Amino acid sequence: MKRALTSGATPVLQVEELTVVLAGRVVLDKVSFALTRGSVTGLIGPNGAGKTTLLRAILGFERPRSGAVRHLGIAKRATARIGYVPQKVAFDPDLPLRARDLVGLGLDGSHLGFALPSRRRRTLIEAALEAVGASGFADKRVGRLSGGEQQRVLIAHAVIRHPELLLLDEPLANLDLRSEREIVDLVAGLARERKIAALVSTHDVNPLLGAMDNVIYLARGRAASGGVDEVITTEVLSSLYGRHVDVLRVHGRFVVSAASGDLLVDASTTSQAEPREQ
Amino acid sequence: MSALFHALFARGLFSNPAVHTAAIVGALAAISASVAGVFTVMRGQSFAGHALGDLGAAGGSAAALLGISPLVGFVGIGAVAAVAMSTLGSHGRRDRDVATGVVLGAGLGVTGLLLYLDTTHSSTTGAAVSVMFGSMFAVAPSTLPAVVAATGFLALCLGALYRPLLLSSVMSELAAVQGVRVALVEASFLGVLVVAVALSALTVGAVLATALLIGPAATAIRLARSPGTAILVAAAIGVGSTWMAIILAYDSYYWSASHSGWPVSFFVVSLIFVAYLVAELLSSVGSRLATHRDPSVSRTLS
Ligand SMILES: Nc1ncnc2c1ncn2[C@@H]1O[C@H](COP(=O)(O)OP(=O)(O)O)[C@@H](O)[C@H]1O
Ligand SMILES: [Mg+2]
Repeated sequence: MKRALTSGATPVLQVEELTVVLAGRVVLDKVSFALTRGSVTGLIGPNGAGKTTLLRAILGFERPRSGAVRHLGIAKRATARIGYVPQKVAFDPDLPLRARDLVGLGLDGSHLGFALPSRRRRTLIEAALEAVGASGFADKRVGRLSGGEQQRVLIAHAVIRHPELLLLDEPLANLDLRSEREIVDLVAGLARERKIAALVSTHDVNPLLGAMDNVIYLARGRAASGGVDEVITTEVLSSLYGRHVDVLRVHGRFVVSAASGDLLVDASTTSQAEPREQ
Repeated sequence: MSALFHALFARGLFSNPAVHTAAIVGALAAISASVAGVFTVMRGQSFAGHALGDLGAAGGSAAALLGISPLVGFVGIGAVAAVAMSTLGSHGRRDRDVATGVVLGAGLGVTGLLLYLDTTHSSTTGAAVSVMFGSMFAVAPSTLPAVVAATGFLALCLGALYRPLLLSSVMSELAAVQGVRVALVEASFLGVLVVAVALSALTVGAVLATALLIGPAATAIRLARSPGTAILVAAAIGVGSTWMAIILAYDSYYWSASHSGWPVSFFVVSLIFVAYLVAELLSSVGSRLATHRDPSVSRTLS
């Protein structure tokens, strides 16, 4: 099952037997996978499965109890090589920060002093805004942009330094169907063009179908990884959840449902039915 | 025209040494507080700024008892309070606010005692009132070098930390991913805040220090879209309010036959409040105009 993820060139990211314990609870239990350049991987799992914890462990924010995270074979965090879009970013509408300011901070926000205005800096920022389709609202305050527009700006912030690894935590939450599609296409396009390994967390596998190459399914702290059709199956998910769940494919979409029928372990059946607000 | 000039700039305004000191110290304090205030508001640390101001009263009254510069008292107590607040509240925003409240409560008890001693010691309420509400015309010219040094320190810190501080104020996780040592930046900013509040307390008093810290910054944030502009606008509002207040307070001496002038602090705080109301009005008119102009919005409305 791991074959699909580890074949090819040196992996950008290798996670080996990663175990993370938070407040005495094993949140991640011997999770292993690898990501290669130019690929999109979905990190799927219900709320509380440990998706955010896994991304934070990759970033070095959570110390693993055991196991290792290797970036290009090195067991150390190389910040310039990771772009990150956190979950639930809530910008105050009055925050005096234009989209272009946030993208500029992605370029050199860790440097001391002020950013001296230069043609080179401006060109890089314009190019990053252009690449995510954010040129039209570059001068608006980030807190006054729609959810989809904010995601674009955050992605520009994350990729302006040309990282090899791009981590996106629930970038599709609170987006309507159209913005959801646009963000998925944007991330897939960036990953292919720039040879980035993109890891996209979401509780619903369906929006990523067609755009992702591989999937990592998290449940009860354990992970199954591989191609979509290898992982999203009744056998694999039942073994992960530790009880019988049915995986159905209806009109090309997955429905994951507990055997008793009263508990949906995946929001995919309900989330698409009702239009979501921006 | 010349009548208006004489009405506004009363006799002796430009030749009075107390006015000179007040204008210089007031401007430096206003710039420091307003600029630090922009980051304070962006970081959601207004409550910490307010608490540091209130607690400054303990330092100011202790300094009055000991006969040392009030600035030393304000900075000293601020440093103690900042260390206490960050040691107790290191687990997120809510925790931070709770710790700030607890330290504030304890500190105000001490303040009460010291102010009581001040009042009984000097048998007037003068010292206590000036610690709490400031008396800009009574600022000793000898404090000027310390005020200049403190302002220079702030300018250096904020200039050097500008981008990492901005990024970690917007979102600390993004800063950490880029290799910013967020804890160090936060601790440094707390130091900046202590000095800014101390300067502010020196001019408008401990209780009103928060108005100079938060007021111009909040107004600027309503008006400006980018951080650089917000900082410039905040500094302009702070200095403008302070200088205008000095002129009005000086004038007020001639307003009544008894020649009892009104305190500068009253005018500073009032002018800052007026500026805030005007900005609020402007930005609500602005957004209404924008709504009318944006065809996509009117379509969804109709
Ligand atoms: N700082 C923490 N301390 C203790 N438990 C935590 C902490 N952060 C997350 N958890 C727990 O770890 C589990 C996984 O959380 P998370 O990674 O946020 O899940 P997801 O992102 O998949 O919704 C949850 O049960 C959550 O309650
Ligand atoms: Mg999460």
